[in-house]
Amino acid sequence: MNSLKKLTSKTLFLPLFCMILVLLINVIKSPDFFSIAVKNGVLYGRLVDILNRGSEIAILAVGQTLVVAVSAGTDISVGSVMSLSACGCCMLLAGYGVNSTTELAVPMIVGMLFGVLLGGVCGTFNGFLVSKLKIQPMVATLILFTAARAIGLLLCDNQITYIRYEPYKYLGNFIPGIPIPTAIFVTIAVIAVISLLLKKTSLGLYIQSVGINSRAARISGISSSKICFLCYLICGLCSGIAGIVASSRIYSADSNNIGLNYELDAILAVALGGNSLGGGKFNLAGSIIGAYTIQAITTTLLAMGVSTDQAPVIKAIIVVIIVVVQAPVFKAWMETRSARRLAARVAETTDEKEMAEK
Amino acid sequence: MKKFLALALSLVMAVSLAACGTSPSTPAASGSGSAGSAGSAAASGSGDQLITVGFAQVGHESDWRTASTKSVQEAFSKDNGFDLQFVDCDNDSAAQLEAVRNFIEQDVDYIVIDPIVSTGWDTVLTEADDAGIPVIVIDRTIDDSDKYISWVGSEFTNEGLAAGAWLKDYAALKGISELNILVIEGTTGSSAQIGRTNGFKKLADENGWKIIDSQSGDFTQEGGQKVMESYCKSYAGQFNVVVCQNDNEAFGAEDAMSAAGISYGVDGDVILISFDACTAGLTDVLAGKINADFQCNPLQGPFCADIVAKLAAGDTVNKETYMEEPWYVAEDALTEITYTNNAGNEVTEPLVHVTQDVVDAAY
Repeated sequence: MNSLKKLTSKTLFLPLFCMILVLLINVIKSPDFFSIAVKNGVLYGRLVDILNRGSEIAILAVGQTLVVAVSAGTDISVGSVMSLSACGCCMLLAGYGVNSTTELAVPMIVGMLFGVLLGGVCGTFNGFLVSKLKIQPMVATLILFTAARAIGLLLCDNQITYIRYEPYKYLGNFIPGIPIPTAIFVTIAVIAVISLLLKKTSLGLYIQSVGINSRAARISGISSSKICFLCYLICGLCSGIAGIVASSRIYSADSNNIGLNYELDAILAVALGGNSLGGGKFNLAGSIIGAYTIQAITTTLLAMGVSTDQAPVIKAIIVVIIVVVQAPVFKAWMETRSARRLAARVAETTDEKEMAEK
Repeated sequence: MKKFLALALSLVMAVSLAACGTSPSTPAASGSGSAGSAGSAAASGSGDQLITVGFAQVGHESDWRTASTKSVQEAFSKDNGFDLQFVDCDNDSAAQLEAVRNFIEQDVDYIVIDPIVSTGWDTVLTEADDAGIPVIVIDRTIDDSDKYISWVGSEFTNEGLAAGAWLKDYAALKGISELNILVIEGTTGSSAQIGRTNGFKKLADENGWKIIDSQSGDFTQEGGQKVMESYCKSYAGQFNVVVCQNDNEAFGAEDAMSAAGISYGVDGDVILISFDACTAGLTDVLAGKINADFQCNPLQGPFCADIVAKLAAGDTVNKETYMEEPWYVAEDALTEITYTNNAGNEVTEPLVHVTQDVVDAAY
């Protein structure tokens, strides 16, 4: 009983619980939901799909968590920046104005790094507007939200650029001989780098203090604007990486559709992870769990065969339930209820004891 | 310092706005100049003066749209005796109304519109009518006004019906008695999705085929990939036909089926049907990955030019023109299909066997 209570009071308990609940719903419809097999030399199963397809949102959620924590605002440009970095990468690989190519104009790694760099440039721009010019995050990132996709379209000469070069597909699919989807490795790498950065340096602490009170942090010697700038830069780089993964999946740069509405999923992931959108304290692991929860819902709806026009409604209902369960007001209500019950039980036992004594 | 910065920034903005403003206004200015002369040309009937045409296009969101734009631009080129004013409205319906009003003010000879939304057109089309400018609507439809001369576009239901008719004959030819079909639909509510779904479903119901599941892939490659990935797990070994409502979804479905080790196409276990027939789609038909591809013709240009020629000669034109849409197949075993089209007429249409020449000639 005591250990159960300890477990439920952990910060990550509720996000994890919600994700497992979503997964368990599937067992009712298809008992083989959790089965993982090896097919064609690669892992094959719904769980693998969730981990694989959830990669982009998880990578975005890492950057978004830092931005939310440091500036109490959201970066809504991440989806558009994904599209821009994918377009930049494909444009460089294929050459400007080429619709489809089987031969690369520059080495693949150069194109990919250029894509990630474009994401970094966007992050720098957002960071400058928010940290130096003190523009509200949503307004500042609204600029790239509208512009980045359009710039991507210009880079690709208003068309979908296809890179029909086998190794380009590796990042979003499988590297021959390795049974695990490559995107999972990319996600792990991103999470590892960022969490090392947060754990091994005092960056995590600094971000929290700036998020809680940026003036107080500055007075105590932390350069608030530099920390804020850094978070936006990291968020931009994450968007760039996510964009390259998304582009590799379809071996093309579909500027109109890559990362469409992903900014909303990234913000939702942060919220589902139990993080306050008001900034300050944050929990990276929570956001990542939130990201995979969103993907689990999407995969579940597909697996259940929910018709596409009803799917958004059901998704909304699930999200509402998860958010309500995690709301502080609801938690407090549950606690007072259990406290009252405990008090009643204590009263009962004392009554019994008194009766026995008599 | 800050004030200076703000001033500098606002100056930059003003200059860039002015720059943006001048570039479209240059053709507009020259257009209005030539519009007057073209008007007199039309009146005098002399051949060496240009006929002005205003074209308000939706945007440039897909290869299909780009092909449509190019087709109209080529049909109304200078060499053909036209002066085309092209406005890309970037999916902004207010901008499109404004563009059409501009055309009326400049008194162009003809207006071509691909309406972004189907309503809200009555006022501006009445203005055009009063000014005596014939309006031709292409691709999408206008619902709340009939003050346009003609509409040119695709009959999506026929595309779905033709796909069903081909599948019926193909299954009979191959001796497949039981068809279990998975459909990857387009964006829910789009006219292409509704027409293709209804057309195909009609044939499926008539022939007792089983449509196992039908979900939306949003007309994108990633959408097609995601939905097919899920289908492969939910209905492993239970399906032998996959219908994708555009080529991009078909590419995604191909990837997902390859990953799941399911063979498809000409020699495969699964028959793959697609719509749109863009160059990349036809390349896959040629390679035998897609069995049949039903074109949605984006080349409205020649049809518009034809209407303009008829109007200039004083002939009447049809209110609706459905474009010819070829059906492409990977094998030459079947040469034609017969079906009852949406208008209720029984038609026999040829099937085009895809060769390298066909792919090269595609849009």
